[in-house]
Amino acid sequence: GTSVVVYMVPQYSSIHIAAVVVSMFSTIICGFLFLLVVKRLPEHVQVDDPAVVKRLAKKLERQQIPLRSDYGYKVSLFSHLHQYSRKAPLTQLLSIPSTVIHPSIVRLGLQYSQGIVAGSNARSVALLHAFKQVIRDYTTPPNEELSRDLVNKLKPYISFLNQCRPLSASMGNAIKYIKKEISNIPSQCKEEEAKTKLLTCIDRYIEEKIVLAAKAISKYAIEKISDGDVILVYGYSSLVNNILCEAFEKSRKFRVIVVDSRPRLEGREALRRLVQRGISCTYVLISALSYILPEVSKVFLGAHALLANGYVMSRVGTSQIALVARTYNVPVLVCCETYKFCERVQTDSFVSNELDDPDDLMVTRKGKTQLENWQDVSSLGLLNLVYDVTPPDFVDLVITDLGMIPCTSVPVVLRVKNLDQ
Amino acid sequence: LDETQVRQDPEVPSAVAAIRTLLEFLKRDQSETILGLRENLTQTIRRLEEADSSVAVSSGGELFLRFISLTSLEHPDLSQCKKVMVERGELFLKKISLSRSKVAKLCHTFIKDGAKILTHSSSRVVLKVLESAAADKKRFTVYVTESQPDSAGQMADKLQNLNIPVTVVLDAAVGYIMEKVDLVIVGAEGVVESGGIINKIGTYQLAVCSKAHNKPFYVVAESFKFVRLYPLNQQDVPERFKYKADTLKAVEDLAEEHPMIDYTPPSLITLLFTDLGVLTPSAVSDELIKLYL
Repeated sequence: GTSVVVYMVPQYSSIHIAAVVVSMFSTIICGFLFLLVVKRLPEHVQVDDPAVVKRLAKKLERQQIPLRSDYGYKVSLFSHLHQYSRKAPLTQLLSIPSTVIHPSIVRLGLQYSQGIVAGSNARSVALLHAFKQVIRDYTTPPNEELSRDLVNKLKPYISFLNQCRPLSASMGNAIKYIKKEISNIPSQCKEEEAKTKLLTCIDRYIEEKIVLAAKAISKYAIEKISDGDVILVYGYSSLVNNILCEAFEKSRKFRVIVVDSRPRLEGREALRRLVQRGISCTYVLISALSYILPEVSKVFLGAHALLANGYVMSRVGTSQIALVARTYNVPVLVCCETYKFCERVQTDSFVSNELDDPDDLMVTRKGKTQLENWQDVSSLGLLNLVYDVTPPDFVDLVITDLGMIPCTSVPVVLRVKNLDQ
Repeated sequence: LDETQVRQDPEVPSAVAAIRTLLEFLKRDQSETILGLRENLTQTIRRLEEADSSVAVSSGGELFLRFISLTSLEHPDLSQCKKVMVERGELFLKKISLSRSKVAKLCHTFIKDGAKILTHSSSRVVLKVLESAAADKKRFTVYVTESQPDSAGQMADKLQNLNIPVTVVLDAAVGYIMEKVDLVIVGAEGVVESGGIINKIGTYQLAVCSKAHNKPFYVVAESFKFVRLYPLNQQDVPERFKYKADTLKAVEDLAEEHPMIDYTPPSLITLLFTDLGVLTPSAVSDELIKLYL
């Protein structure tokens, strides 16, 4: 705008100079407002953009965190996502003992990247416990305020954990809560008092949002389980397992079909826990889904996150189960705590996802590993997706700690939550 | 008291009669504490449900209780609390008696001149809608299903009195007649949390047929019919709603009895006309969250 005005005006009179100055200011202000209003895409979904990668590398250098490099050939549709190898954990590039990162955070990062702590509830609880340890060991440096300095201390930890494994929606919400609690600490509060206050806040968060929510969800879900039901579950969801065990204790007669898929084979853990309780189970792989669905009366699914447009983000394979269940007119129930609701909107599984180690897809049978040298074949890519999104038309009911709602009412719950806060 | 109220005035919906009874009970109640009052009210609601097992009575009762409980939080003194409750109860009753005309005002604009309407069984709300459309000088014809086992011939008579051309068709002829009609309007005994409705048996197949022919399926219901149920399929509707109250008391093996109502899922409904406005099925849950949370 500025250049156009200057070009069009050959002679410089005072009015014209004033016009130039005003237009310059307005463009600057508009640009500034634009940057404020438009949310920038997170860096971990812009890996194919070299400018973003450079910016991330600079930020990590400033925070003294090593940059983890990608591994192996990436399928072109997912080239905007990171793909790491489990054999090269980030901790190998760190100096031990690390001066920048608290040791419990280092341990947590390693547990995430090696898959020792998996599942969104487990990851959030582990994160909150690690932060509690960080807060206990924290001392405010002189001339600094706890409410501002502690938040700044947490930033490199969060980048480190992000490098080990991209944060889940539940972890993101937990971090937002902690940051808000820290910045709300009044400045005249003494350090010990502030620390105990924060620790009780975190304990209360875990108690309310995870433990009590699970009890409330079980109460609603048990109403929907009737005698003689055949319930299908997929993979291992701590919440769904909890519901089934409680329903069994309340003497409901039902049997469970556990559907499992490679390469994680999480269903085996679910199967082990259910059989231990005495629940009669059947175990199939996901390829046999349409074979057993005619026997099923209900499908119970867990969720990693519930998006603002009603889409359900969950372990890869969930949308397939929902789709086939809808075809057979079997009701699909998703169980999700409200702290996993996120404001993001996504309509497909490509935009924002996670790529796991491609070497997991190699399997050794009878002493032979077929895909052993997959890196040598230039046109071969191995894709190990972690999440997918299910549209709300395939989901009949969402059970949350606030009650039973249809999938389309997620924005209402988010609005009610924001009002509470 | 309650049963006579219900039978005396056929124009009054059963839920309104129930709420009127509850209000009378509230005025005469002698309990000393709010908890005692609540207990007595819950007992009365249960007795009312035994007399008339429709969904509307249950939802009306629950809404009244909810209304009362919200009041009890504000005033610690019991007598003052009761006075405020009675006042609010009267206000509530007045509002919902006007709800039918509000619904009719919203809906009759959707009936165009020359339209052919299909409706199911006898619903007083649908009758009011058609009345206001006729008063608006619109010309339309109505097809009413016979709706066994308690046939809805009364609907046809009332429409004839309003000089609206009406034809009674068999329940089995719904698929046959669907290509001729322009829209389908039904009432509802209850609107559930998912946005679906519970209505006289035969509504579900009417909805499926209209979806197959791409005809709009409209539901007219007052807001006190919103109920906190979430059925997943036909089997999931609680037994106490499916059969008439006398059947529930008399018969032991309910598997031999024919259900009186069915559940229509929200995917088959185009729009719901309520006194809260014109809603899509997904908006019903939002309204319920606002009413109950």
